[in-house]
Amino acid sequence: MTNWALRESATFDRPTIAAIQRAAETGIYDIRGWGAKRALPHFDDLLFLGASMSRYPLEGYRERCGTDVVLGDRNAKHPLHLDIPVTIAGMSFGALSGPAKEALGRGASEVGTSTTTGDGGMTAEERGQSKHLVYQYLPSRYGMNPDDLRKADAIEVVLGQGAKPGGGGMLLGQKISERVAGMRTLPEGVDQRSACRHPDWTGPDDLTIKIGELREITDWEKPIYVKVGATRTYYDVKLAVHAGADVVVVDGMQGGTAATQEVFIEHVGVPTLAAIPQAVQALQELGVHHKVQLIVSGGIRSGADVAKALALGADAVAIGTAALIALGDNHPRHAAEYEKLGSAAGFYDDFQDGNDPAGISTQDPELAARFDPVAGGRRLANYLRVLTMEAQTIARACGKAHVLHLEPEDLVAVSIEAAAMARVPLAGTEWIPGR
Amino acid sequence: METLTKFDLSAVALRDVNAALHAKNLSGEFVIENPSGAHNLAVGLDAPVKITIDGHVGYYAAGMNQQAEITVNGNAGTGVAENMMSGSVWVKGNASQSAGATAHGGLLVIEGNAAARCGISMKGVDIVVGGDIGHMSAFMAQAGRLVVRGDAGEALGDSIYEARIYVRGTVTSLGADCVAKQMRPEHHEELERLLKAAGFEDDDTKAYTRYGSARALYHFHVDNASSY
Repeated sequence: MTNWALRESATFDRPTIAAIQRAAETGIYDIRGWGAKRALPHFDDLLFLGASMSRYPLEGYRERCGTDVVLGDRNAKHPLHLDIPVTIAGMSFGALSGPAKEALGRGASEVGTSTTTGDGGMTAEERGQSKHLVYQYLPSRYGMNPDDLRKADAIEVVLGQGAKPGGGGMLLGQKISERVAGMRTLPEGVDQRSACRHPDWTGPDDLTIKIGELREITDWEKPIYVKVGATRTYYDVKLAVHAGADVVVVDGMQGGTAATQEVFIEHVGVPTLAAIPQAVQALQELGVHHKVQLIVSGGIRSGADVAKALALGADAVAIGTAALIALGDNHPRHAAEYEKLGSAAGFYDDFQDGNDPAGISTQDPELAARFDPVAGGRRLANYLRVLTMEAQTIARACGKAHVLHLEPEDLVAVSIEAAAMARVPLAGTEWIPGR
Repeated sequence: METLTKFDLSAVALRDVNAALHAKNLSGEFVIENPSGAHNLAVGLDAPVKITIDGHVGYYAAGMNQQAEITVNGNAGTGVAENMMSGSVWVKGNASQSAGATAHGGLLVIEGNAAARCGISMKGVDIVVGGDIGHMSAFMAQAGRLVVRGDAGEALGDSIYEARIYVRGTVTSLGADCVAKQMRPEHHEELERLLKAAGFEDDDTKAYTRYGSARALYHFHVDNASSY
């Protein structure tokens, strides 16, 4: 543009104009993958206070800084003992290709952490390659069976996810291959809807009984997680604990999805940063902080994000979108193919279409065959190691011998919004808005 | 001769009963007395055994059953035989909501009435109800057969996939994409087998109407927006 007098509307910017034009042409809402793309107060708005005179740092390359975490030791005979506090979030076989799911298992297992099934059941590849596998128990119950339940290392009762709290799932017909259809007991090629509510319980009192059933079926061996999308997090976490959860998973609105309405992704839920202190407050008031563990997800990208989530009170984090990027999603080497699909490397979010040139969010055998699960697993393991080392670097600088020793006192915020949400002082002040 | 083992739930903890029923290579017959509406009773069975529960049970009785033949001499609470894979569950009384929810296989017989959401999201189970069923039954039912000797409540078979429903009485209303269908010879034969299995072999299959998916909502289309 050479005419500097042209002024783009902040209200009707080009993506907004395109969205209106698209709606007018098609008459149906936009469905896409990924999570919220809007700017939100996030971990970037927090900074650590490294040690100096008043705090004593640990030697970066010599002194030990632990990273392991135990999840679900409140009731289960066999809690999970993970080597690092970064786990892989639930993503379904169906949304992802078989090799991609295998790679997630390989990468997670290589560094001693857990991976998670998704809506659509457990695949043999995934179970085989995952040292610690969390089995999701979802409203659809697609592929849900007691044999797999008994094979799991933990069970995650899913009430919602950050990208669409209050919404069910969908998997468009292009991705309902013969195998996916078979696992979900559906006709091949239908646009599959997943219910937003569980079919056999409705409220927290029922959930208590449901968790009891899952424990009885598995002889009290496995930790039971409860996952919620971040909205009324303070109340939801309290209710989850009352219902008997061993671990609560809180997924902020930046958390990803395979296919959801754009309007849902961008306008429902609260940011991860706002949800963590609410969850922690609920746990503290019940006297179970770090006894019922808190896993936080939604926009975790770096070891700094991991460290900040832990400092705010989480016991572990989960990654989804970042894990897919580590596998090869949105890589510039696919730039030409993304453009053919009307997208671009760095922008590709049409996971619902099943045309992923990286072979990750697809059920097309040719596309899926492009993806090497061994190489992908190695890339994910590398990335998880970097996240862990980065978190350790920060923890040592703050004088902590374990990453879980990080605390809110180690943090300040660089925006008033972040200070209010994270409940840490604005940098250079003692001010926590609302306190 | 098969051994008969009795558990008195007023004296033995639920956990101990379920643990005993999860023993490896379990065989024989079992009677559970004084269930007193206990939740999660006889869940997660995976053995070809016979279990009789003498009394009423709470939520999720016989949940996720595999292989076992379980009889409830009483009423059942929410989610009886939920996610059953195989075997059979026979309720002599009435059942609360979500009976047979998401069940993949086996046979669920409810001699009395079943409340709302009977057969919700069913995935291959056969359910025969002696009396009436409540609203939203067979919601998103994917596979299997639901037979109702009495009446069905509102929104029967809403968003149904490939499950088949047979109702002898009236249907208050059908849910989205659920329609009445012709009873062809194979449907009469199928229904006859199911009624016989549930002990209602004297019923005339001609008195029943078959319901199933119109398959109009199998793909998202703007013209269907008002149907959802």
